[in-house]
Amino acid sequence: MEQQVDATGFAMWLFLLTEIMFFGGLFTAYLIYRNWYYPAFVAGSHQLSILWGTLNTGVLITSSFTMAMGVWCAETRRKGGLVLCLVLTFLLGLVFLGIKTIEYSEKIEKHHVPGFHYSLKSFTDPNSDEAAKTAGDKPLPLDMARHTEMYFGLYFAMTGMHALHMIIGIAILAFMIVRAQAGAYTTGHITFVENFGLYWHFVDIVWIFLFPLLYLISRHG
Amino acid sequence: MSTIISLPDQSTARIPKVNFITKENGLLSWLLTGDHKRIAMLYLASITFFFAIGGALAGLIRLELLTPQSDLMATDTYNKVFTMHGVVMIFLFLVPSVPATLGNFLIPIMIGAKDLALPKINLLSWYLYVAGGIMVLYTMAAGGVDTGWTFTTPLSTHYLNTNVLSTGIAIFIAGFSSIFTGLNFIVTIHKMRAPGMTWFRLPLFVWSHYAASILMVLGTPVLAIALVLVILERTMGIGVFDAAKGGDPILFQHLFWFYSHPAVYIMILPGMGVISEVISTFSRKRVFGYTAVAFSSVAIAVFGFFVWEHHMFIMGVSTYSTLVFSLLTMLVAVPSAIKIFNWSFTLYKGSITFETPMLYAFGFMGLFTIGGLTGVFLGTTGTDIHLTETYFIVAHFHFVMVGGMLMAFLAGIHFWWPKMTGRMYPEKISQLAALITFIGFNFTFFPQFILGTLGMPRRYAAYPAEFQVLNVFSTAGATILGVGYLLPILYLTWSLRYGEIAGNNPWQATGLEWQIQSPPLTENFAEIPIVDHDAYDYDWLERKHVHEREVTSV
Amino acid sequence: MDHISQVLWQFLIKWLTNFSLYPPEASKIAPQMDALYFFMVLVSLIGMTIVILLVAGFSILYSKKRHPVAVQIEGSTLLEATWTIIPLGLFLIMFVWGALVYFRVYTPPANAMNIYVVGKQWMWKAEHPGGQHEINALHIPTGRPIQLTIISQDVFHSFSIPAFRVKREAIPGRYTSVWFEATKTGTYHLFCTQYCGTNHSAMIGEIVVLTPDDYKKWLADSTSGMSLAQNGERLFASLSCAACHNGRADSRGPSLAGVFGTRLPLANGQSALADEAYLREAILNPSEHVTQGYSPIMPTYQGQISEDGVISLVEYIKNLHSNDRVEQTLNTTTLLPEGEGKAASASAAAGPTSAKQGMVKQ
Repeated sequence: MEQQVDATGFAMWLFLLTEIMFFGGLFTAYLIYRNWYYPAFVAGSHQLSILWGTLNTGVLITSSFTMAMGVWCAETRRKGGLVLCLVLTFLLGLVFLGIKTIEYSEKIEKHHVPGFHYSLKSFTDPNSDEAAKTAGDKPLPLDMARHTEMYFGLYFAMTGMHALHMIIGIAILAFMIVRAQAGAYTTGHITFVENFGLYWHFVDIVWIFLFPLLYLISRHG
Repeated sequence: MSTIISLPDQSTARIPKVNFITKENGLLSWLLTGDHKRIAMLYLASITFFFAIGGALAGLIRLELLTPQSDLMATDTYNKVFTMHGVVMIFLFLVPSVPATLGNFLIPIMIGAKDLALPKINLLSWYLYVAGGIMVLYTMAAGGVDTGWTFTTPLSTHYLNTNVLSTGIAIFIAGFSSIFTGLNFIVTIHKMRAPGMTWFRLPLFVWSHYAASILMVLGTPVLAIALVLVILERTMGIGVFDAAKGGDPILFQHLFWFYSHPAVYIMILPGMGVISEVISTFSRKRVFGYTAVAFSSVAIAVFGFFVWEHHMFIMGVSTYSTLVFSLLTMLVAVPSAIKIFNWSFTLYKGSITFETPMLYAFGFMGLFTIGGLTGVFLGTTGTDIHLTETYFIVAHFHFVMVGGMLMAFLAGIHFWWPKMTGRMYPEKISQLAALITFIGFNFTFFPQFILGTLGMPRRYAAYPAEFQVLNVFSTAGATILGVGYLLPILYLTWSLRYGEIAGNNPWQATGLEWQIQSPPLTENFAEIPIVDHDAYDYDWLERKHVHEREVTSV
Repeated sequence: MDHISQVLWQFLIKWLTNFSLYPPEASKIAPQMDALYFFMVLVSLIGMTIVILLVAGFSILYSKKRHPVAVQIEGSTLLEATWTIIPLGLFLIMFVWGALVYFRVYTPPANAMNIYVVGKQWMWKAEHPGGQHEINALHIPTGRPIQLTIISQDVFHSFSIPAFRVKREAIPGRYTSVWFEATKTGTYHLFCTQYCGTNHSAMIGEIVVLTPDDYKKWLADSTSGMSLAQNGERLFASLSCAACHNGRADSRGPSLAGVFGTRLPLANGQSALADEAYLREAILNPSEHVTQGYSPIMPTYQGQISEDGVISLVEYIKNLHSNDRVEQTLNTTTLLPEGEGKAASASAAAGPTSAKQGMVKQ
């Protein structure tokens, strides 16, 4: 039995390693293009809302905390506590997705979605754009402005892939809440909760990398 | 001719009443099983099916290439045929072949465990494979895809309107099947070994699967993300690989080959594991240089991650980077050479017999050596310029994959057939089939080395007339090869009903799998063994037989 | 001979007389590459022989009948070392030799004659500096180093001349190059070797190698219209490049006379070699290639100019040694007014693309 517990934990760490390789491809593309088109990446990054981004970061870190508390509750056989922690994590996850929806719809309104009537106006004429004006952006030459589409392509690919992992996590959380309420995890078999906790922390850590890379390019004061 | 086959008395022998096949009946008991052996059989059936499809496509290719003109089918159709041939053969046959069938069946038994660490994930693996396979079938029904199995951008992202999306999704799903299999193996080998089964007592079959699993786990996700980005570029216009949007198509090449090079080692390492087992058994000797062979598997896995750019030497990459990758390619060639010599010297002072698995193993050694050496021609930057993108490459990879891997797979299937089914295959006709395969293979693919050196490009539906003679030779060989592959499918199926009863250990081999009944119990071992001997310890086997004789004679 | 049919006999004769294991060696590098190739064939044959001898030899000597009892041998570190070091040594020799050949193939000499090649689905266009255009063919003289500057207009292609032992990928978005010196007259195969879609196998052609005299004759016979540089000069004027790049003291853009091949200090502190690739990039992505001391106001010409047009401009700039003729065009063509520089960027900023001029005939 202990062998089984040991084995599934090891398996989850290995799986997370595959996830690192998976996201690694996206990070590689990001690093290359940020190096080539830095001014475009700066301008693109300034279009994201620091407020929502920081809020989301706080939400995820808190949800990692509630998840860790949940694991502790499972270990100490506190059923009520476990259910509460899982529900909180679930809700925080939904909040994260909600904020992401707000951010995405903002981008859609402003025509910053690659391939769908992408508009260069915010970059060639920053005064026409709230976010660019506040950040004090200078107008970009046309060829560099065109490369902002690359930034947003990577933005949507990376945060989209991350959000997909969040959705899967939230779905599993829903399943876990039902099972936890039925007492499945507070009788000594906590591996599922523990391993899911690892997954959730991983998704959080990916965001911790995404946030500065996407939101905080050349932000001064 | 001498043989080591020792079967029980056929007049009294019976297949053990209780075994993993008879344990439960009904389709659902198979489709919802957690038993690694049943999952292995499910895989065997499905990969044979896809091999047949891939083989039929190969037949079409060779038929078209009988004549210089593109006259058998439209060029577009030909492009789809070779693409689907590559996709089916690589992702639906070669990558899962040995690991998912023989690996799944044998690894728990070889290490003395009752099952893999994660049986449900194992079943999920098979379902993902089937889902990927069904998507590929759908793609074929929907008209096929003609990107080439390498999905080169921007051809695949912007210049084709065939079913790139469904193929990309199919490979993505099949990739996860591979990842989960590898994950399962690594966890199992680390955590589930029987008491006394230390790392250096493991059969080399297990070592090679361990190395291949590292590649599966770390490499496949990069292919997954490369496919995701191609899909995003096609559907959403995210131009990561689009030169017009400031993207770089060479980035796709890097991401694609970062997986696809380790993929070839995923394909060959398990086969090499089979060869170790077969050569040892049929020379009655421990493998020469066990430690060297074990470490060379891991070395191939590690070095295999650092050579991918050798697929891109003429693509305008930095000349200095080609130096690095060419050097590393030379380094990765050495462990394979080490293995070949170690296997050769396993024969030294052995007691050798030539049953079918051994014939396939010999075929492997010769053909893989040629394939591997021609790899050095391609890893050398100077000659790669002339030889790349020609039939030399086609010949090279068919030598290592078909002459190497497929021969090893057949060696393994024949070697463990009695264990998996309880019945022997017919020896004479199988030896004939091995010979036919070897001859057919050489006729098919050796002329292609010459064609490549002469400059004939690959993926050509039509070619200059001066290349016709060699192409005709190649097609003639393919016909013979086809017969060689058809025969096993026929006689192995026949043997399920009419084959001789094999008993526990028809080969008098040393592995743990040969000490249990054929077919095995669902839980493999009546009680978990305690291991006190090295792999390939024929002295231990001898002592065991003496002990058994003493016990039974009491 | 009566039992061998005439057809078969002809076929055999033709095949046996034409049979070859490798293509003709028609360039200077071909014999050098073949030497390496045959060395590798030799090493492979020896390796194969050793393996076959070992396997066959041991199988016979130690078959069960002859050698019924196996001797358990653990291994031999000496042997392991031997068959690790010797193969490694041989592979390293091949690596070094191959690297030398590789460098030679992709490092053109300074006096190479440059021919541009544009690949597109499914044909090759060769553009000689003198303005001769060829489709699916390339006429070249013997005894002269020739550099091909290659680019694709759509997908990856690969320009391959087996008889010269050279091959280079044609990539969309950047130049690649290869060079060779033909040594034997004759006609040789040109293949596209990177799968590029439906008519990949039809993207073939002829490399016609002529003696220098015949080549001169061919040049004279096939010139029609302007040389590449002349076409480039025409484009330079019609796209209003001269408005900024005119060599005057107060010009908004750097002078281009004699700039090719020099090392340019860039505005971002780095420096770049002004080769063909740089010039192409500077035309299509100017704001990333601003020369030090100038503002990033050059509009991009992406979308307004084809690869052929870019090639003409690059060739023009390569051969531009003084701004005299540029001055003349300034005086004789209608130019945008002085303040247009700023106005142009403003209008470019206002609209999504600055396609006001449309595609100039290129």
